Amino acid sequence: MSILIDKNTKVITQGLGATGLFHAHGAREYGTQMVGGVTPGKGGTTIEGFPIYDTVKEAVHKTGATASVIYVPPPFAADAIMEAVDAGIELAICITEGIPVLDMVKVKEYMKGKGTRLVGPNCPGVITPGQCKIGIMPGYIHKPGKIGVVSRSGTLTYEAVWQLTNVGLGQSTCVGIGGDPVNGTNHLDVLRMFEEDPGTEAVIMIGEIGGTSEEEGARFVKEHMTKPVAAYIAGVTAPPGKRMGHAGAIISGGKGTAAEKVAVLEDCGISVAASPADMAQALLKVYKPK
Amino acid sequence: MNIHEYQAKAILREFGVPVPDGHVCYNGASAREWAKRLGEGPWVVKAQIHAGGRGKGGGVKLARTADEVRNTARDMLGMILRTHQTGPEGKVVTRVLVENGCNIGKELYVSLLVDRATSKVTVMASTEGGMDIEEVAAKTPEKIFREAIDPLVGLTPFQCRNLAFSLGLTGKLTNKAVSLLQGLYATFLGCDCSLLEINPLVVTKEGDLLCLDAKFGFDDNAVFRHPKIGDMRDYDEEDPNEVEASQHDLSYVSLTGNIGCLVNGAGLAMATMDIIKHSGGNPANFLDVGGGATIERVTEAFKIILSDKNVKGILVNIFGGIMKCDVIATGVIEAAKQVSLKVPLVVRLEGTNVAKGKEILGASGLNIIAADGMADAAKKIVAAVAA
Repeated sequence: MSILIDKNTKVITQGLGATGLFHAHGAREYGTQMVGGVTPGKGGTTIEGFPIYDTVKEAVHKTGATASVIYVPPPFAADAIMEAVDAGIELAICITEGIPVLDMVKVKEYMKGKGTRLVGPNCPGVITPGQCKIGIMPGYIHKPGKIGVVSRSGTLTYEAVWQLTNVGLGQSTCVGIGGDPVNGTNHLDVLRMFEEDPGTEAVIMIGEIGGTSEEEGARFVKEHMTKPVAAYIAGVTAPPGKRMGHAGAIISGGKGTAAEKVAVLEDCGISVAASPADMAQALLKVYKPK
Repeated sequence: MNIHEYQAKAILREFGVPVPDGHVCYNGASAREWAKRLGEGPWVVKAQIHAGGRGKGGGVKLARTADEVRNTARDMLGMILRTHQTGPEGKVVTRVLVENGCNIGKELYVSLLVDRATSKVTVMASTEGGMDIEEVAAKTPEKIFREAIDPLVGLTPFQCRNLAFSLGLTGKLTNKAVSLLQGLYATFLGCDCSLLEINPLVVTKEGDLLCLDAKFGFDDNAVFRHPKIGDMRDYDEEDPNEVEASQHDLSYVSLTGNIGCLVNGAGLAMATMDIIKHSGGNPANFLDVGGGATIERVTEAFKIILSDKNVKGILVNIFGGIMKCDVIATGVIEAAKQVSLKVPLVVRLEGTNVAKGKEILGASGLNIIAADGMADAAKKIVAAVAA
């Protein structure tokens, strides 16, 4: 079992430029059902084996896709997300980095009351090891299993997954929610899905400075979760007022510091790794594999 | 990115938001000329640097005659202004804003920002103008009023009136507040701001509203839509290494330690800083080379790290996803040759094409300390720097 995606998920790609195409191939090689792409004006053609459609609506109609992965460049990405929502896509995963935040404010409002779940933007994507990979993560570091992973960061997620795989713990699903201040899915949403997924036995949650997504997730863990959770928060050494790469990773007004987050997480019964090298070990403190 | 106060006020003026008449000046003579053109006095001379707390540091002064404006401007220009935000080294004043003074009746606070919790632009207002708003929020949160803006409808007049009444404004001032707040929201949207702060917003004794100081934060992701704002960037106000890095699409923040870091991905870069500290060392920087880094970019990254004279060793931590380890390895070797590397270098590689990457490093003949995993890498660089 898994959350969000599995071997039956049919995926289209919006934005088949060099990057989109490279990762569409990677996903297909991993075994994902990559059923086509959307490039306005090139409908009816085929790009390296991917049938191309003019609109998302047409692609959904012709292929039965329920998921879309978006690599469209930042100035046009918000429009691409809304097109996917309008076409009734169940899961839109936006990889694009650098979307203006006011564009995302509009997208969030547009999505209200509609059935699409958005993951990202500015995220590595989602993978259910051995079944379906949507995004830019290296497939081989993953291993099918029962640990759920949710993270705001890309490469730091790979680090966590690699540690898990090396201690023999496979993953149910790994979700990168992205590093932007306004995004589609937060820690809490994914924790709730992991709690309800019979295939997930424990969770690693990775956060960083800025915002309150980790704290909201932690309160859910305390009040509703029956499964053990371990965590790591990046940015203990980050100075206030400086943006640490991600648009969302900034300590402003003394809020969103790593120390504050760690304190809340520990208070909610989460096993927090003091060092990023100990994420798998922090999980093993609270979870005994069956 | 940030801009100067005089630039901020020019933008506000363009959007019809009331600000005092003023002009930027680069020498005493022109300050005197502009004072006479602006009005009868008194005037305020304000040092233009990208930092708050200027008043306490002697960067804001009242002048009663045009000659006084000239003398004050002369004194300020070239001086090193130190405030709690500039650090002990301070900043050199190269320009001053000369503007008309006003009769302050009351000082208020207004700001607009993107609230992450609601994913909406939110107006915050307070009766405690001129104060540090974070302090107000901590001590007297009941004195802060909020209105969240529906992005599809905009800031409505009734929301503005709610805020105006909460601030104790009455009569004609209510309508003036509606127009001012809507002007601020138009500015926020029109410039893709991440923050727009007016502190203080003053009620003059004549019964007008006036933005006495303004602070803008812009969404770096949206500057492409506003070339005019991009042109306002003052590189002299920024860390030269950070400017150099941004020109090569590298995300770099300079810190005070002595271990340079080169990492892919923002989260892993922060985690690398943390583990260095955890192992008893001190990071000299945050540096994310990004996913699509080329050999040239890696070389530039090395040059930027090494231009910080405090750096006594470098830790490269790469978990290849999009980034391929062989590209990083080739970049590291190329850079080490170009800059004739003299400090210890620890490299930890994992991910896409890792075997090829390690092979390239091993065959290079360079004195590279290879590491397995983050903990090992941090331990090795801390030891190498201490030696």
